[in-house]
Amino acid sequence: MAKFTTLTSHAVPLPAENVDTDQIIPARFLKVTDKHGLGDSLFCDWRYLKDGSDNPEFVLNEAASQGARILIAGNNFGSGSSREHAPWALVGWGFRAIISTGFADIFRSNSLKNGLLPVEVNAEVYKALMEAVQRDRSTKITIELPTQSVTGVDGLEATFPIDAFSKHCLLEGVDQLGYLLSFDEQITSYEQQRT
Amino acid sequence: MKPRTLFQKVWDDHVVVQEPDRPAVLYIDLQLIHEVTSPQAFTGLRERGLKVRRPDKTVATMDHSTPTLPKSLWVIDDQSKAQLDQLETNCKEFGVELFALGDSRNGIVHVIGPERGFTQPGKTIVCGDSHTSTHGAFGALAFGIGTSEVEHVLATQCLLQRKAKTLEVRLDGQLMPGVTAKDIILALCAEIGTGGGTGYVIEFTGSAIRNLDMEGRMTVCNMSIEAGARAGMIAPDETTFEYLKGRDRVPQGADWDAAVERWSQLRTDEGATFDKTVVIDANQLEPMITYGTNPGMGMQIGESMPTADSFENASQRAAFEKAMGYMGLRPGQPLLGQKIDVVFIGSCTNSRIGDLRMAAGVFSGRKVAEGVRTLVVPGSHDIKKQAEAEGLDEIFKDAGAEWREPGCSMCIAMNGDNLEPGQYAVSTSNRNFEGRQGKGGRTFLASPLTAAASAITGKVTDPRSLLLS
Repeated sequence: MAKFTTLTSHAVPLPAENVDTDQIIPARFLKVTDKHGLGDSLFCDWRYLKDGSDNPEFVLNEAASQGARILIAGNNFGSGSSREHAPWALVGWGFRAIISTGFADIFRSNSLKNGLLPVEVNAEVYKALMEAVQRDRSTKITIELPTQSVTGVDGLEATFPIDAFSKHCLLEGVDQLGYLLSFDEQITSYEQQRT
Repeated sequence: MKPRTLFQKVWDDHVVVQEPDRPAVLYIDLQLIHEVTSPQAFTGLRERGLKVRRPDKTVATMDHSTPTLPKSLWVIDDQSKAQLDQLETNCKEFGVELFALGDSRNGIVHVIGPERGFTQPGKTIVCGDSHTSTHGAFGALAFGIGTSEVEHVLATQCLLQRKAKTLEVRLDGQLMPGVTAKDIILALCAEIGTGGGTGYVIEFTGSAIRNLDMEGRMTVCNMSIEAGARAGMIAPDETTFEYLKGRDRVPQGADWDAAVERWSQLRTDEGATFDKTVVIDANQLEPMITYGTNPGMGMQIGESMPTADSFENASQRAAFEKAMGYMGLRPGQPLLGQKIDVVFIGSCTNSRIGDLRMAAGVFSGRKVAEGVRTLVVPGSHDIKKQAEAEGLDEIFKDAGAEWREPGCSMCIAMNGDNLEPGQYAVSTSNRNFEGRQGKGGRTFLASPLTAAASAITGKVTDPRSLLLS
């Protein structure tokens, strides 16, 4: 997995609440057998018009959004299905972190396995960052994983929670399956005890 | 020993390793697989040269993109076909049992797990599908996982998990006629919202839950995820054992008795505490319906939709207004009488025999309103057979509904069964997200009774107006 230490980037503001996984990537794009190339379908039904051209009113299509690595979105982001295609699509587009006041459980877990950092902040910090980004789309936000901090304009600094293991995995690029496989002996002995 | 909750007991029983500051290595007793969320996991195994550690604890089915037309009319698009073929190849190569399209045991993953008896009390069960919470109805700890985790479980039969908090949802009292399990869970979603259960495992308790049959309990646990909780659980009891007894994959003979003895211990001890409790008075529940674009945007069917000023903060108001815009509805208006185009009766939430009997009770001797397309999609071939043995298929067909082959169908609209842009549907499925049932489609979630009643009148209808007439 790609390592994550520090990220500085301008951000894409998406103030909607409860953005569900069906909006992040509609089900008709789940018919793939690999993980790649989903970035083009990210937010598909909001992003493209009926004729397939870009919807100029959708934030992702604005010039100011291009090259952004941070998405800042409303509460309860990623609710709904367990599709890992959601973080695959977000990462495929170029995002490496999402700032919100809350994330759905499965989405959070899936994101952490794909080098996509969920940054959970309180409502006040969210509001300040969102307003700053909406006011000036070139506003840079810095996310430092080692100190679990997010800094924006006007000296705004906040911390965000992450469990120690997920943090370790992101910092070191730890392969979680490799870690699990290292418990082979204990798993075998557990299986023997139970049968 | 300290009193423990049902969740704590199942959790404790499956911890293989718990190191400080690390997630637990949790043993998984059963992994269910389907075509959509598994291909990349098998690819991962191949790339690492790994095997499936316990094919005997792994079962696969095809359900999401399978056609529901009769076999002679099967049309599958190339991508779906490739995905189904891939599943078949993967299962063959890795020795995983597969109930493929055409197999008499095929059906929706969360329907056939319990039906065949794979689902049992006290098990840990996962699937790359958020509605895995369904299996918690049996006192299993069951939750949806992403594809990376599907690979983890295939390779190690374990998952790295941090323990969730516990939320008791207690329902005492008696449901009024016309009020069903679906209305219970829609009422909970409306009460706590789609993020209300985030971080929690729910245990449903109380007399109204005890009085539900297994199918009703599955409906309730199925939509726990719509309230944000990864898992919902109900302690097993005589109703559970009665349902399971004699099914294909449950223990038989003396082993059965021993299992029941063991399973009977799976209940929250007196004195055990939950991190949070929500109490709902079952006597007060009414048939529920959603009006918006997430399952938390629901109300009693006779109510009027809210107005923007009834929401506390600006972003909730914005979300509400966006939903109203998508749905093409006017705030503050009632939903009763709203004209509809489609009725869908099916999905892992409401496609079991009890659901079909409920719907058939409403359809019997009546006709679907002109211009309303009505799909009835059983959850499995077993259910289809049972329904046909009872003559339910004839009731549906006589009423003018389409009686289809099993599958997820219009719940997720991957198989060609979908709403057209702008159409309104009353659906017994679990999600009313924008575009969920087809791009531009508009969904009202409700019970099979409400869906059937609405099909008859062509409008959103309180089923009690037909049941009591």
